[in-house]
Amino acid sequence: MSSDHHHGGPLIDCDVHLPTPTVDQLGPYLSEHWREYIATAGFKGSMAVTSTHPPGARSSGHERLDGGFAEAMRNVRRHCLGESESARAVVSAHYGVETMGPPDFSTALSRAVNDWMLTACRDTDERLLASINVPPQYPDLAAEEIDRLAGDDRVVQVFVPARTSKPYGNRIYYPLLAAAERNGLPLGIHFGGMSWNPPTGVGWPSYYIEEYVGMAHVMQAQLSSLVFEGAFQRFPRLRVTVLEGGWTWLPSLMWRLDKEWKGIRREVPWVEEPPSTYLRRHVKLSIQPIDAPPDGPEVMTTIDQIGSDDVLMYASDFPHEHLSDPLALLDRLAPETASKVAYGNAAACYGVPSAPEPQESVR
Amino acid sequence: MVQSPPETSPRTDSRRTARSRTGPIVDCDMHNYMSWTSSGLSRGGVLADYLPDRWRDYYTTFGMRTPNSIAFFPTRPRNMAARDDTWPEDGPPGSDLGLMREQHLDLWGISAGILNPIDQILMGSQFPYYSAALTSALNNWTLEQWLEPEPRLYASICVPYEDAELAAAEIHRLADHPRFVQVLMNARTREPLGSRKYWKIYEAAAEHDIPLSIHVGGAGGNPITGAGFPSYYIEDHSGYPQVYQAHVISLVCEGVFEEFPTLRWVMQEGGFAWIPWLCWRLDRAWHLLGTEVPHLKELPSTYVKRHFWYTTQPIEEPERPGQFAELLGQLEELQVVDRLLFSTDYPHWDFDAPDRALPREMPKETRHKVLAGNAAALYGLEIDDVL
Repeated sequence: MSSDHHHGGPLIDCDVHLPTPTVDQLGPYLSEHWREYIATAGFKGSMAVTSTHPPGARSSGHERLDGGFAEAMRNVRRHCLGESESARAVVSAHYGVETMGPPDFSTALSRAVNDWMLTACRDTDERLLASINVPPQYPDLAAEEIDRLAGDDRVVQVFVPARTSKPYGNRIYYPLLAAAERNGLPLGIHFGGMSWNPPTGVGWPSYYIEEYVGMAHVMQAQLSSLVFEGAFQRFPRLRVTVLEGGWTWLPSLMWRLDKEWKGIRREVPWVEEPPSTYLRRHVKLSIQPIDAPPDGPEVMTTIDQIGSDDVLMYASDFPHEHLSDPLALLDRLAPETASKVAYGNAAACYGVPSAPEPQESVR
Repeated sequence: MVQSPPETSPRTDSRRTARSRTGPIVDCDMHNYMSWTSSGLSRGGVLADYLPDRWRDYYTTFGMRTPNSIAFFPTRPRNMAARDDTWPEDGPPGSDLGLMREQHLDLWGISAGILNPIDQILMGSQFPYYSAALTSALNNWTLEQWLEPEPRLYASICVPYEDAELAAAEIHRLADHPRFVQVLMNARTREPLGSRKYWKIYEAAAEHDIPLSIHVGGAGGNPITGAGFPSYYIEDHSGYPQVYQAHVISLVCEGVFEEFPTLRWVMQEGGFAWIPWLCWRLDRAWHLLGTEVPHLKELPSTYVKRHFWYTTQPIEEPERPGQFAELLGQLEELQVVDRLLFSTDYPHWDFDAPDRALPREMPKETRHKVLAGNAAALYGLEIDDVL
């Protein structure tokens, strides 16, 4: 929350990461069976977490979480919430449960991480909201976890990783999509994760930078799947958020999907409107990272091409580092648009009561 | 020198009409197709005649392994994904040179067309020696049945790209033939194209200074998305730009262009609206994570500017007026406009017509370059009255 920036209104930071809990921190939220199982197995946490955000990579920003849990939570408050009463931050704690074969273990860890996270939110700041873990590879179990927690006012989103063995539009996910819809929670598809299949359509890349850049095409595949396999037709109130996946690719994706739909929609007759219409209606994207030159006209052109003020949402992506400045982007937007991106769109998406009118800019 | 079609053609009038609207045309992506029986679904056929005994026996006994990219989508558009009017009396679309001349080369007055044999999409799925025999047979058939009878046609060299040494041997055999103008791989490879597994192919291409290309299709065994297999053909078909993005990321980040600084890549049928944001994303990532890839001496976008060309079909169709011009402006910044190569994809359903596909927002001079000049420069084609 740098004072260099001029956007004067409150913010909803829709992508904030808590430090990954240790197995000791999760202990109180696990049954005796699983505590003993973890101790015996020597389990220290899922490798999907470190492969998504490598420990020393500059992008991971792990130094911002150094100094222990209490210090990390102070940093979250300072960086993501500031002083405004209206501010909100949606936190998550990816635990890599999507990699786990044993369904009962995957579920037990999801529950433990969620209960730990909700406790951490409650103890830290009432303005923190939570994006809950579920085992997406077991959609029926994921649905149970959603139903278990959706009544908690802090729970505003279902967190799932971008990498999957089948994309989220596939009908195996219907129980998960139905639970998200009936509980009014968006499906938050987030950068990373792990799956049996490679993170590209053509096999395994060598370097992390390839996976980092390539996550943009994984996100595009997820949105194509949700549109074409009919998720938004079957679940008309389903909403999806794309988190930390970039967004300047959205116009080129919309153009291509609309063109394909004009040509061969007879194959998917339930897609009754152009794909771009579903995307604008059902999908929101977090603005961090920003893939465009920071000072050039490109980013404004892209926002105009997206063709809606309703789809972008502010995010700091704390503690991750992307070398792009979302607050500086807010400053470039027209005031009404800036206010929607900063607050209004996320407020609508997460069911946060509307903020008071933005304060006058300090400009 | 490319010869003009005979002036006695019955389609001369329409040819004149079409050409007067467009100027010279080089079609950088059109397809010839062997026959029904080469599809792996039945035995025999033209291909057998071009195979040595050992592989003819194998072919007639076991056929070819069918790529999952085809088998999984029985609901793809009717007519084997071809235009209604491209079916000859006997055989599949793209199998009849006479019809191709009449309804394509003559009709549009095409100066030069580059053939990408459809049968190549099966080759990545066959085991190495068999794939090598099949691709050699395919190239010999293309040479005898298409290039020799029709001077306006050029072709890609099909290679068994999953085995780099065997692929390099086929490049050495044909790359200096004046009518084979590039090396053809498929988009659906087993590994991303930056992988060292393929570098012997690049070494051979660099030695002969012949462009490499990838085209939609193939079957490397991976789901077409980084998120697993989709259910419908429309997802598969619209997923190709993402496959091309993965290849560009890989080729740049794994250092292929530091090792082979003269390589030229033609990305066929993968779109081009994603190039600007991908360059921006790559450059940002390099500033952030460049220490992981110290072999990259320049900004990623510099390699993209220097080493890639793109065919136009299926042409990008932005939503609102003015947006194609915005895209062109961004591509101009990235020096990509001189790397756009017109293509029709004849005989496929999503064919782009030479006089209609390029949007009005593309200035006339650019249009002429895209229709012929850029390709003539890339492939060293001498075309009469090219701008």
